[in-house]
Amino acid sequence: MTAARPSVAVLDYGSGNVHSAVKALELAGANVELTADAAKVAAADGLLVPGVGAFSAVMKALEGVNGAEMIDRRLAGGRPVLGICVGMQVMFERGIERGLTTEGLGEWPGTVDQLDAPVVPHMGWNTVDVPEDSVLFDGVADERFYFVHSYGAKEWGIDAMPPFPAARLTWAEHGGRFLAAVENGPLSATQFHPEKSGEPGIRVLSNWLRTL
Amino acid sequence: MSVAVRVIPCLDVAAGRVVKGVNFLNLRDAGDPVELARKYYEQGADEVTFLDVTATVDERATMYDVVQATAEQVFIPLTVGGGVRTTEDVSRLQGHGADKVGVNSAAIARPELLSEIADRFGSQALVLSLDLKRSERMPSGFVVTTHGGRTETDRDGIAWAREAIERGAGELLVNSIDADGTKNGFDLELIAAMREVSSVPVIASGGAGRVEHFPPAISAGADAVLAASVFHSGQLTIGDVKRELRDEGIPVR
Repeated sequence: MTAARPSVAVLDYGSGNVHSAVKALELAGANVELTADAAKVAAADGLLVPGVGAFSAVMKALEGVNGAEMIDRRLAGGRPVLGICVGMQVMFERGIERGLTTEGLGEWPGTVDQLDAPVVPHMGWNTVDVPEDSVLFDGVADERFYFVHSYGAKEWGIDAMPPFPAARLTWAEHGGRFLAAVENGPLSATQFHPEKSGEPGIRVLSNWLRTL
Repeated sequence: MSVAVRVIPCLDVAAGRVVKGVNFLNLRDAGDPVELARKYYEQGADEVTFLDVTATVDERATMYDVVQATAEQVFIPLTVGGGVRTTEDVSRLQGHGADKVGVNSAAIARPELLSEIADRFGSQALVLSLDLKRSERMPSGFVVTTHGGRTETDRDGIAWAREAIERGAGELLVNSIDADGTKNGFDLELIAAMREVSSVPVIASGGAGRVEHFPPAISAGADAVLAASVFHSGQLTIGDVKRELRDEGIPVR
């Protein structure tokens, strides 16, 4: 018996190139709808939050579609959400870009700020340091993934509190280390772009779909 | 662990077909852009760049179709340059599946365009494309040109790169007009001069003819290498270039 294709809502709030995310998810095995309709976002098996550009601009655009409420509501019910790039960054408490501090969605504690490297943006295919129990990177832990960003979360501020399992953290390095991906209960996120990371990226998406 | 050097095929597109000429003149048909982009993706290209070399209003619509069809089957970053003049152009290209835009002459005419694009879409989406030519007129020895090198401006190449970075360019595509089409290798002095002043990634372009030409471009300071005709002609594959880079101890995907 073949399992039904899971449904995924890609949050449509005016973020850059979402075309590729939709196509990549379809290839990974999902029925995808680009939408900002609250009922559809709530009903989908998974919600993908894309995001490119400035932290403050993304937060403002999310506000425009009541994004925070939709994401909060899903997470409160244990319903899966995947953030990508700035869609990951806004899950933290705040972002600091060019001296401007913007409040994030605050699903996770901590600050997103500038990478300390001689060349930024960090642009290109990098390796990642994956924890053994990662689900997202199953089968592709040794691959490179496509990053393009100037800011990142360099610390993780949640201690594991039994009986809840610890978050699975994947790190990468550019200058110093930063979080490349987080798998934390229903909320997962990647700093890199799985939809731009060729076959390994598609695999990350299909791994996520398997959890829905 | 470090970020891999990127190998980027560039497809010059006119009226929906890939073309490539020596020193931008004598355009020759080299195939279907969507098919070629897909072939390079399968060969392991790290990004694909489309350059709209006609940029007339009529043919622009064709370009959007090409971008969209490519983005549906090629899951690596896609840059589109040529004729980008406004933030609306950027918005429309992104809507069709482009991740980055290359801006060239429109930014020379109106440098504010760079900050307008960077503010709205982020620096990571903005590539400043430079066509540079050696010139004793300029302090750095390189002059900014337009129209594929046929017209020299009054801008110094290195000074313009610095200004563009300050205005928000997230990457520099540095094309040597002198080397372009010669297949005698990249202009290494130009790459080194750019690396010196650039805090953003530098893509070296112009002059690639043999695999041995690529490692020196990286040693000179490039973060990525871009070539067109050597790939389209089948003279080299993406894999050939990556093998050579790897053999020289340079990290590739």
